[in-house]
Amino acid sequence: MQDASAKVLEHSEIGAGYRFLVFEAPEMAKSLSPGQFVHVKVPSLEASALRRPFSVFDAADGKVSILYKTVGRGTAALNSVKVGDVLRVLGPLGHGFPTVCDGSAMLVGGGYGVAPLHFLARALKSSGQADVKIFIGGRTKADLLAVDRFRSLGVDVFLATNDGSEGVKGLVTDPLDDELARLRETGGRFELFACGPDPMLKAVALRATGTASRGWISMDRHMICGVGACYACIQKTVRGNSRCCVEGPVFRAEDLVWE
Amino acid sequence: MVDLSVNLGGLAMSTPVATASGTFGYGFEYLGALDYSKLGAVTAKGIRLDPWPGNSMPRHAEVPGGLVNAIGLQGTGIDHFLDITVPHYMDQVKDAPPMIVNIWGGSIEEYAEVAKRLTEASQGESGRVIRAIECNVSCPNVKEGGHTFGQDPEVLRRLVSAVREKTTLPLIVKLAPNVPDIRLYVKACEHGGADALSMINTIPAMVIDIEKRRPVLANRTGGLSGRGIHPAAVKLVYDAHKATNLPILAMGGVYDASDAIEFLLAGATAVAVGTATFTDPSVAGKVCDGIADYCARHGFSSVGDLTGALQD
Repeated sequence: MQDASAKVLEHSEIGAGYRFLVFEAPEMAKSLSPGQFVHVKVPSLEASALRRPFSVFDAADGKVSILYKTVGRGTAALNSVKVGDVLRVLGPLGHGFPTVCDGSAMLVGGGYGVAPLHFLARALKSSGQADVKIFIGGRTKADLLAVDRFRSLGVDVFLATNDGSEGVKGLVTDPLDDELARLRETGGRFELFACGPDPMLKAVALRATGTASRGWISMDRHMICGVGACYACIQKTVRGNSRCCVEGPVFRAEDLVWE
Repeated sequence: MVDLSVNLGGLAMSTPVATASGTFGYGFEYLGALDYSKLGAVTAKGIRLDPWPGNSMPRHAEVPGGLVNAIGLQGTGIDHFLDITVPHYMDQVKDAPPMIVNIWGGSIEEYAEVAKRLTEASQGESGRVIRAIECNVSCPNVKEGGHTFGQDPEVLRRLVSAVREKTTLPLIVKLAPNVPDIRLYVKACEHGGADALSMINTIPAMVIDIEKRRPVLANRTGGLSGRGIHPAAVKLVYDAHKATNLPILAMGGVYDASDAIEFLLAGATAVAVGTATFTDPSVAGKVCDGIADYCARHGFSSVGDLTGALQD
């Protein structure tokens, strides 16, 4: 872990309320693994403001990228960061996804939850994992992010929107269930990897719990320290109150306790 | 060359800057993000006899000028602390700074028992780091623990005295800020046999989500820390210092050296950084360097000479 000064190389809007930010951090880019996150000091907030955690979309060639949605004061302030600005970035942080998979890799992302799944998909593909599918859900077409990026990695992409403006009309679990049924018919093995809103994560986790298939769920919680020091970002698990920032953000599906 | 070493009631510190309990885990979590040689001590997160789950989520809310938290002293208990946590800290952190162990409990007997266990452990290998006890009598976030002991001077005296009987380690008592006359509590600590005081704990606080018409924190109320509480903390340190010769470890909104120097001039022997670490993990080192610069500029050869040097 290091607290690096990182120059912003790229910062662009990629759709309604979503932004893509790339910064230069050679050491961090080498040591980050999929599912881990970075804790960013937002320069335009007051000097004493807490940092904000972001999942890593990709890390390679000395660069780290994040994909975020403007949801509150911190992300709104991050919007004003310009190319050339220098950020303080603490990382790599947290416990990420495994990058080997037994059978088909079934990735499930909602909204900006696709961010760590992109890094994961690239790692799986480059380690020789042939069958990687991603199921991307959102309320509407504009919430389906990085679809072309997944396609260019050679990932099979399945889309679902609540309003039917793109892909299947319904929930992301609809196309997922179709594919899971197909796999079960042929006795195919699979693992689930998910990041997105809590109801989606719960639905995915239940599809792995009590089965022979493993599920890996990335939780999104408000954090203070990001390193396990303060105990603010608690996720209930079978082991009690676990810290999302160090025991997570990626948990085994069967370990999660849903409220 | 400025002498930065101080003695906090028997705890020898190489610099006057420590970390505050609850903001620095058990000493090793921030490894890689700061220079430990600038820390005179680290303070461990509150330990009690048995494991404790803490409060429900949400446990914090960011507010202008600070942070309101209600973590609720989650912890794994003294056995795990001594068997796993302390050896891990000694193993991971090279030249590990001395550790002040913050303790709490549901009864006076429990405080005394935890103190006894720590004292026994400090006579072995763990004594390399376990160098002081900080008695938390002022956490606003746990009903049965802490806070009540710090609100009644006579109960406080009995608690300090019971812990004193069980420990030869430097005994620091962390006081509550929300009392009508801090001097009564300072005297109670003196009479109970404390070696030092630490102040202030967080100030009881509440944040409301007006759209939902609900408290933001699951615990409903919490404790305010951060920049906004600093002037209130300076005043309490000033009042306490006038009432006692006990050394004071001051905390509350230390973000830079000038915040720390205010505390020293008001009467503190050392300072702790807390909430600021969340924003900048290396802030303690910057505070330490800034204090040294100030001493050099103002002709103080020893940081100890700053204590109470207010021209009042």
